Amino acid sequence: MNHEELRARLADLSPVLSPLFSLEFGDAVLGIGRDALLETARELHALGFDRLGMVTAVDRDEFFVMVYRLQSRSMSTAIFVKTKVPRDDTHIDSLCDIWPAANWQEREVFDLFGITFDGHPDLRRIMLPDDFEGHPLRKDYDNPNVIKRPDYI
Amino acid sequence: MALVDRIGAGLAANGGGVILTSVDALADWSRGQSLWAFPMGTACCAMELIAASFNKFDFDRLGTFPRSDPRHTDVIILAGTITDKMKPAVQRLYDQMPDPKWVVAMGNCTVSGGIFYYDTYSVVRGADEFLPVDVYIAGCPPRPESLQDGILQLRELVKAESIAPGKRRERTYSLPGGPEASEGGDGE
Repeated sequence: MNHEELRARLADLSPVLSPLFSLEFGDAVLGIGRDALLETARELHALGFDRLGMVTAVDRDEFFVMVYRLQSRSMSTAIFVKTKVPRDDTHIDSLCDIWPAANWQEREVFDLFGITFDGHPDLRRIMLPDDFEGHPLRKDYDNPNVIKRPDYI
Repeated sequence: MALVDRIGAGLAANGGGVILTSVDALADWSRGQSLWAFPMGTACCAMELIAASFNKFDFDRLGTFPRSDPRHTDVIILAGTITDKMKPAVQRLYDQMPDPKWVVAMGNCTVSGGIFYYDTYSVVRGADEFLPVDVYIAGCPPRPESLQDGILQLRELVKAESIAPGKRRERTYSLPGGPEASEGGDGE
């Protein structure tokens, strides 16, 4: 299924989702609001996106962008779902109930970015030690034990 | 205390020089010729460690072959980056090894942290922060030949051990690059 067919399918499914569809660097992207995430995810799952390929986040200084890559085996296509999370309120709904694969990936995002997933069954650190302080992939992360690379040039 | 330690202490206390020297030579020879290794492969250096064990490089001809149980081994080969989270596990496996035991740090990451020395929040900067390392092997990763050279150097170390407590034997260097070679020798 190409992007135009996917756009038409989304238009059939929901008049709300269709205008949020866009193409970024040749990839289908659905940019949605934070409150609509869970509902949208359910709709997309019902549409046939049965696999959650990737969960990650991007630090854009003023806000975080949550990025989900959904894949569909029946339609042979994939779509990115992007959501802004404000920096002063890093809460977002967990997608574990829809795709169990979200469990560990959301733990990783929590570990490295400090985004809290509401409704996650087991939100602990996954890669760093349990007593680690801070979330190192944030741009304002500062750790006195890190040795800065000197500027040679 | 093991029986061999009691023999050593007794011989040293009673001044049994000739016998102690002979027993030391036998014990060190047998220890040094069959250093069973625990392959602590935590990152990509483990690939070279695995390659060293198989037929092209054939570590077994040096008497060194991997055992997956630390309780069977004499030397732990630390191959790969050790993260803060992995550190307790490495420490525990080292603690499970019976004495006498030796540590080989294979690769830049276990020598000093390597490329993870700067700007890293999760990596131990060198295995010698928490383990007594005997032999350092530089490289990213070291070739199996380097690892074999490291084991041969470790064998020289082992042959300098004494079963008497607190005593060291005179260290002999049979490898190129020992102190004699670096100081120019006696001109032969």
